Amino acid sequence: MIPELAHFALVLACALALVRTVVALWGAARDDDALMAVAEPAALVECLFVALAFAGLVTLYVTSDFSVTNVFVNSHSAMALIYKVTGVWGNHEGSMLLWVLVLAVCSALVALLGGNLPPRLRARVLGVEGAVAAAFLLFILATSNPFLRLDPPPAEGQDLNPILQDIGLAIHPPLLYLGYVGCSVSFAFAVAALIEGKIDAAWARWVRPWTLGAWIFLTLGIAMGSYWAYYELGWGGFWFWDPVENASLMPWLATTALLHSALVMEKRDALKVWTVLLAILAFSLSLLGTFLVRSGVLTSVHTFANDPARGVFILAIFAIFVGGAFVLFALRAPALKPGGLFAPISREGALVLNNLLLTAACATMFTGTLFPLALEAVTGDKISVGAPFFDRTVGPLLLCTVAVMPIGPLLAWKRGDLKGAAERLAFAAAIAVVVGGVSLYLVRGGPLIAAIGLLIALYAIAGALTEFADRIALFRSPFVEMWTRVRGLPRAAFGVLFAHLGIAVTLLGIVSEVGWSEEKIVSLKIGDRVEIAGYDIALAGVSQRDGPNYRELVGRMEVRRAGATVAVLEPAKRLYEARNQPTTEAAIETFGFGQLYASLGEPGGDSIVARVYWKPLVTLIWLGAVVMAFGGALSLSDRRLRVGAPRRARRAVPMPAE
Amino acid sequence: MRRLLLVVVCVVGLAAPALALSPGEMLADSALEARARALSKTLRCMVCQNQSIDDSDAPLAHDLRVLVRERLQAGDSDAQVRDFLVARYGEFVLLEPRLRPGTALLWAVPILVLVLGGTAVFFGFKRRQASIPVDLSPEEKRRLAELSGGSSDLTKV
Repeated sequence: MIPELAHFALVLACALALVRTVVALWGAARDDDALMAVAEPAALVECLFVALAFAGLVTLYVTSDFSVTNVFVNSHSAMALIYKVTGVWGNHEGSMLLWVLVLAVCSALVALLGGNLPPRLRARVLGVEGAVAAAFLLFILATSNPFLRLDPPPAEGQDLNPILQDIGLAIHPPLLYLGYVGCSVSFAFAVAALIEGKIDAAWARWVRPWTLGAWIFLTLGIAMGSYWAYYELGWGGFWFWDPVENASLMPWLATTALLHSALVMEKRDALKVWTVLLAILAFSLSLLGTFLVRSGVLTSVHTFANDPARGVFILAIFAIFVGGAFVLFALRAPALKPGGLFAPISREGALVLNNLLLTAACATMFTGTLFPLALEAVTGDKISVGAPFFDRTVGPLLLCTVAVMPIGPLLAWKRGDLKGAAERLAFAAAIAVVVGGVSLYLVRGGPLIAAIGLLIALYAIAGALTEFADRIALFRSPFVEMWTRVRGLPRAAFGVLFAHLGIAVTLLGIVSEVGWSEEKIVSLKIGDRVEIAGYDIALAGVSQRDGPNYRELVGRMEVRRAGATVAVLEPAKRLYEARNQPTTEAAIETFGFGQLYASLGEPGGDSIVARVYWKPLVTLIWLGAVVMAFGGALSLSDRRLRVGAPRRARRAVPMPAE
Repeated sequence: MRRLLLVVVCVVGLAAPALALSPGEMLADSALEARARALSKTLRCMVCQNQSIDDSDAPLAHDLRVLVRERLQAGDSDAQVRDFLVARYGEFVLLEPRLRPGTALLWAVPILVLVLGGTAVFFGFKRRQASIPVDLSPEEKRRLAELSGGSSDLTKV
C-alpha cells in the first residue's frame, strides 16, 4: 500500500508543480492577482505531497520491504537503523527524490517568506521554481521511480554499498543538495527578473540571502565530503580532483563569485548583467553536478548510453533550463542599464578581480572535467585529466584569489586608495613573512609551492584581521571606544571577517598537509614498531571481530610519545558479506590540529602492511570551512537582510529598464 | 602469530585484493624510490575511475608500479618512462595530458579566460569612463545659473 500511495503523492505533486508554473506565469503576464495567488498554496501543498512520498520511501527502507526493487537493491535487514534511513538517498532514485524534496521545501520557503516581494516578481519566481520541480518530478516518475514493486519479493536485500555505510552519507548529500537547490532560487529570481525586464539593487538584496544560504550549505557539504573521503578511502587524501568532487566545487566557485557581485549590485547598482549571468551559471553548474554524479556519464560515455531514456531526459532538462535561460538572457540583458560608475581601483574593482579569478578557476575545472568526454566524442581519442593538471592550473588561480582577498575590504567604494591599502597590508605581510620564516626554519624547509602557500595563508589571516582592527580602531583608541565600535559593527562585517579567515585557515591546512605530511609504509609483525614524527607506534596485536553485517580484521597499535602511551589506534580491514566487498577503515587520532592516521593493508605470511601518516594541521582544512560557514551565517543574520528597504512599497516598483 | 595467520586465512582468503604501494615493491635506493613515487602519482590506473597507480589497489596498478621501478632501475629518465608507458597504453595513462594539438584548448582555457575577461573588464572601464559627462549640459548650466543667481563659475566642474 505504502509504495502506491507514495507514488500517487508524487504524481499529485508533479501535477501541482505544472499548475503552479502555468497559472503563476500566466497570471504574472496578465497581472491578474487571483491567478498569481494560486502559486503560494500550490507550492505549500506540493511540498506536503513530496514530503509524504519521501516519508513513504523512508518507511519502506526502515521496515526493509524488499518487495520494492529500490529497497531490495540498496538495503539489507541486518544494517544499523541509521544506514537503513540514509540508504534512502544512497542510490540514484532516492537521491533524486531527496533533491525534489529540498526543492519543494525551498519553494515553500519562498512562498512563506516572500511576503515582502512585489507580487508579480514573487509569482514569477514561484512559477520558474515550479517548472524546475515539474521537470524533476517528471524525470523521477518516467525514468527513476523508486516505488516499483518486485514479484515475488526476495527474502533478503542486496545491501547498501559498504563505502556508503557511514555517517558521512547521513550528512554529506543532504547538505550538498541544500546547496545545489538553494542555487535554484537565485536562478528563479534571475529568470523572473529577465522575464520582467527589470532588475535593480532591491533584487540583489532579495537574492543575496538565498545565495548565501546555498553557499553555506555547499561549503559545509563539500568539506564534509572531503573529510568523509579522507577517513573512508584509507589513503589519507582529502581532495582527489575527482569529476564528482569538481562537480560540487564548481557551483561553490560560481556562488562565491555571485555573492561578491551581488554585493556590488546591492550597494552600487553596478554589474547587473554579470550578476544575473552568474545566478544562471551557478544553477547550471549545480544541475550539471547533480547529473554528472547520477548519470554515470563521467565514467564513460558508454554507461550514459546504457540507459538512453535517462540520458535523453537529462539532456532535455538541461537544454530547456540552461538553454532557455541563456536565450532569455541574450534577449533581455542588452536592455539592462549599467548602473553606478566606479574607478578600477575601488572595492568594486577588487570584487571584479575576485570574480575574474574565480571564473577562470571555475572555467578551468569545467574544461578539465568535461574535456576528456568531448575529445573522445569528437576524435575518439582517450585522454585523462587528473590531479596533476588541476594542481597546476586551478591551484595557482585559487592561490591568487586568496592573495588578493585582503585588499578588497580595505578599499573604499567608487574610488579606493591602493597606496593606503598597501601600507596597511604591509604590516600583515611582515607578520606573514616573520611567522612563515620561523615556521619554515623550524620544519627545515619544504616544497616551494607549499612555502608560497604558507606565506599567502598567513598573510591572508593577518590581512583579514588588519581590516577588522582598522574598523574598530585597535591600538588607536581607548578600550571603551573600541568596544563601542565592535558593538556598532553590522553582523555582515563579522561575516566577512570570519568567511575570509576561514578561507585562509583552510589554505593553511591544505599547504601543511601537502608540504609537510609524513608517510611510512611498512610491513609489521606483532611487536614491531614504526616511528613517525616523534610518535612511536607498536603493533600490539591483530584480531578478528564481527559487526552486524561485516567481519573485520583489526590491528591494535599502541602510540607512545616520550615513553607514555598517548593513544591506541585500531585500523581495520572489513569484509561486507552480502556483497563480498572489502573496505579499509582508517584509525585517526587528533593531536592539536594535526592527525595521526593509520590504515591496514595486505596481510602476508606473519606480517601485515600498515600505512601510517602524520598530517600536521590537517584538521584546519575542514575547520576553516566551518569558520567560513559561520561567517556566512553571521552575514545571513544581518539586520539589513531581514528588514528594511524591500518592505517599503515604493521599492516594490523597481525602475524599468529601457 | 598463529592467530594472525588464522585470521588472515579467514577474512582475507575470501576476497584478496592487491594493495596500493606496499613495502615489497619499494626500491632500496631512496632517491630512485622518491622519483618512482612522484612519477606514479602522475600515472593513471587504467581500470580505476580516477586513481593514480600509487593509490590504487588494482592488480594492474601493482604491475605498473613494478614496471615503472624496473625502467627507472634500468636507467630511464622520467620522460623516457612516460614515453614507454604512452607507447604501450596510449595517452590515457597520463593524468596530466601533454600539450599537443588535441589538448591545446584544455591548457589554454585558464589563460584565455583571464586574458579575454581582463580585456572585457578593461574596455568596460574605458567605455564607462567615456560615458561620464565631463561637463554639465547647456541646459543644466542654464538651470544652475538661474538657481545660483547668475554666478556662472559654479558651473565649472
